[in-house]
Amino acid sequence: MDVQRKLEILADAAKYDASCASSGTEKRDSSDGKGMGSTAPGMGICHSYAPDGRCISLLKVLLTNACNYDCLYCVNRASSNVPRARFTVDELVKLTLDFYRRNYIEGLFLSSGIIRNPDYTMEQVVGVARKLREEHHFRGYIHLKTIPEADDALIAEAGKYADRLSINIEMPDETSLQKFAPEKDLRAIRRTMGRLRLKLDEAEEGRAAKTKTKPQRFAPAGQSTQMIVGADSASDHTILHTSANLYGSYRLRRVYYSAFSPIPDASRALPLRPPPLLREHRLYQADWLMRFYGFDVAEIVDDSAMLPLDIDPKLAWALRHRDRFPLDVNRASREELLRVPGFGTKAVERIIATRRTTTIRLSDLARLHVPRNKALPFIVLSDHRPSSHRLDEARLIERFKPKATQLGFGF
Amino acid sequence: MQYITLDTETDFAGWRKAARHLVLHHVQPTDVTWTVQGGEAELFAPPAPSPLPEVSDGTFTVSAKFVELAQAAILHRDGERFAILYRLLWRLKDHHDLIEVATDPDVAQVIAMARAVHRDEHKMHAFVRFREIGRERAAHYVAWFEPEHHIVELAAPFFAKRFADMPWSILTPDLCAHWDGHALTFTPGVSKNEAPGEDRLEETWRRYYASIFNPARLKVKAMQTEMPKKYWRNLPEASIIKPLIEDAERMTGAMIANAATDPHKPQKRPEAPMTRKIATDDLEALREEATHCRACPLYKDATQTVFGEGPKNATIMLVGEQPGDKEDLAGHPFVGPAGQMLDRALAEAGVDRKTVYVTNAVKHFKFVPRGKIRLHQKPATPEIKACRQWYEREVSAIQPELIVAMGATAAQSVFGKITPVGKTRGRLIDLPDGRKALVTVHPSYLLRLPDPEARALEYQRFVEELKIAAGLLKKAPRAA
Repeated sequence: MDVQRKLEILADAAKYDASCASSGTEKRDSSDGKGMGSTAPGMGICHSYAPDGRCISLLKVLLTNACNYDCLYCVNRASSNVPRARFTVDELVKLTLDFYRRNYIEGLFLSSGIIRNPDYTMEQVVGVARKLREEHHFRGYIHLKTIPEADDALIAEAGKYADRLSINIEMPDETSLQKFAPEKDLRAIRRTMGRLRLKLDEAEEGRAAKTKTKPQRFAPAGQSTQMIVGADSASDHTILHTSANLYGSYRLRRVYYSAFSPIPDASRALPLRPPPLLREHRLYQADWLMRFYGFDVAEIVDDSAMLPLDIDPKLAWALRHRDRFPLDVNRASREELLRVPGFGTKAVERIIATRRTTTIRLSDLARLHVPRNKALPFIVLSDHRPSSHRLDEARLIERFKPKATQLGFGF
Repeated sequence: MQYITLDTETDFAGWRKAARHLVLHHVQPTDVTWTVQGGEAELFAPPAPSPLPEVSDGTFTVSAKFVELAQAAILHRDGERFAILYRLLWRLKDHHDLIEVATDPDVAQVIAMARAVHRDEHKMHAFVRFREIGRERAAHYVAWFEPEHHIVELAAPFFAKRFADMPWSILTPDLCAHWDGHALTFTPGVSKNEAPGEDRLEETWRRYYASIFNPARLKVKAMQTEMPKKYWRNLPEASIIKPLIEDAERMTGAMIANAATDPHKPQKRPEAPMTRKIATDDLEALREEATHCRACPLYKDATQTVFGEGPKNATIMLVGEQPGDKEDLAGHPFVGPAGQMLDRALAEAGVDRKTVYVTNAVKHFKFVPRGKIRLHQKPATPEIKACRQWYEREVSAIQPELIVAMGATAAQSVFGKITPVGKTRGRLIDLPDGRKALVTVHPSYLLRLPDPEARALEYQRFVEELKIAAGLLKKAPRAA
């Protein structure tokens, strides 16, 4: 099988992993003349976008799609009939460097099916990163999938070469995981995430201590995970509760939500149709509210409930808490402003900087990049006050619901 | 009217010098016309602008934020940018805070220009595609790119640092950047014909692009927002975007239609990938059993059961409350800050931690997540009761002579009822089964005391109480 055909099989096998970030790592380049590559520490770089709207930043492939496990949702499960392939270390190293040299990618995101045992699989994955870093002095971004229960020394080595490590939690609760991925062990996944956090903390403390001995480098872009949405019957509340737990417990940089997607050669145990992509989007919005807007899970969604699909979770919260509005934009605290529908974190910073010098008026909203229609019922400006019955009216929600349109896409 | 002619489209130094001069001469923004040498506007400028006399005494400052914005905004292709920047500078000299007023039209416009320039720079970093000329060591990499703004000089150092080991050129209609492995050079713009038309890896790249695309989740608008069509003509993968979209619906339909399949052949797989250790003795068997404990709901949110540790023939058993953040991650009791405090106190009391068995009344960490941290929660009576079986079984496996209960939760577990620490601490108490018990505080209580003096006192008392245990250890040195 030629490399091009392997690439097709092993990229196809990797595409259900939503993560593709190349952000948040250390600053690094090759201006010392040894090797090639650099990082874009701030936001990362997306070198292309596929028609599914997803960014293509890293060469995202599996080392092999052969797998011992039989996870029902997975295209690579042991009982699937997909063609199998395996890269040699050299093939994958060459492909990464060739793509990188042409500026197609920021680096490599390597995962693998579980072959033989966790340690063997992890060793194969680490082997690619080792060769890229040690022999080719590759300075680009590397994201490695970590195999739960892999040996500590292998994990330490993975962290030495990788910018980011990740272990997918896959399902929002243990029952679903047992049903859909009988060989996976949630306890083992969590224990390994715990081990990663201890190593991440240690490396961070070492960097902060500024001692002469250089601390052992360990995944400067931290760890992340992914949850599949819509394959099981878990509610959005369960999903977000799990996310909050994971962020707090293991300091994850990101939890990715991947709407279950129909796969070629699917198992009979799966729902045939995918959940609406909008659900995935709402979960990301709720995730942002937890991380950047000071919301608690319990505030965003009630026990065992789902997020509304027709309006975003912050607007839904505001409509449930109308007594807190309208807010005076020229006086309200940062925490309060962050809860106004349509106000993003950057808009709030701009508002706070601006109002020190001048008063904010209706005509300023556009320059603050605030969507006027969304915010107006909830705010008071020096020349605007929503009519008092407005906030009370039951029909207020209608104003925000998307208008019914013909389905289809413009192209 | 003052006519200022800048050397190039990106001549920030020239603009800065001229603008400074104009401000010091109190030249109104409406009285200045800005042009660029060789630019169209220059044709209409009078041949010999009347130079202003030099002034040396005047001085004024502007915020660093303005300079930063201006350096970016000046690369914008809008011909009015020099005038807009001068107008803003003119207003800023008497009104420093103006730069923070995002609602001011001039500030908003300059911010928007700077943002557009940075976005263009970012897109250039992303969308330049090098094509190889020659092979292997003799190869030269050449790209063709059409930037929206004057960003070649701004964006080029990124490529020099990233591709330090390969000679490359980026050709654009405005300006071309070249790197020979040592230095960056710039030459005038060229036409697209000068750039190579293909690369041997582009077909492989297109195959990757097609394979990583998931036809079941078409979001064409999201793609175009981030990768506008104007960039497509120079992206090798763009030629297959349209066919991929056209085919997506058919492929998804086929996936759903043929959804369920049965495996062609049953795969041979190992039975249990997570091999479980076989217990070697009672304590090991207990430990293993406890990893699966679901007697209370605390297991759900915690990482793992944190079981006791220490020699199985220990004379002294120390009981704490519950594992904390660090213990939960590491799977060992008393390894966090409270553990360090305990180690220190034990050492001062003359007890070697390696000779005592250390455990907790509750074996899972109880907490509530608060952003990036976990707030410790005191275990409730049902949880203490549910977990007591493990404590009891540890006691019967170890058969310690003395049990030290640290804190109220431990005391509740040891005595089987709510036992106030203050009234019982510091003396040996007989347990019904003939063992001795000693109640003291939990080391994390010492960590929480805000007053250093009180903390030192309480710490001394804690050490003194541990010395009672140490005394017992000397009398009956069972732990080898």
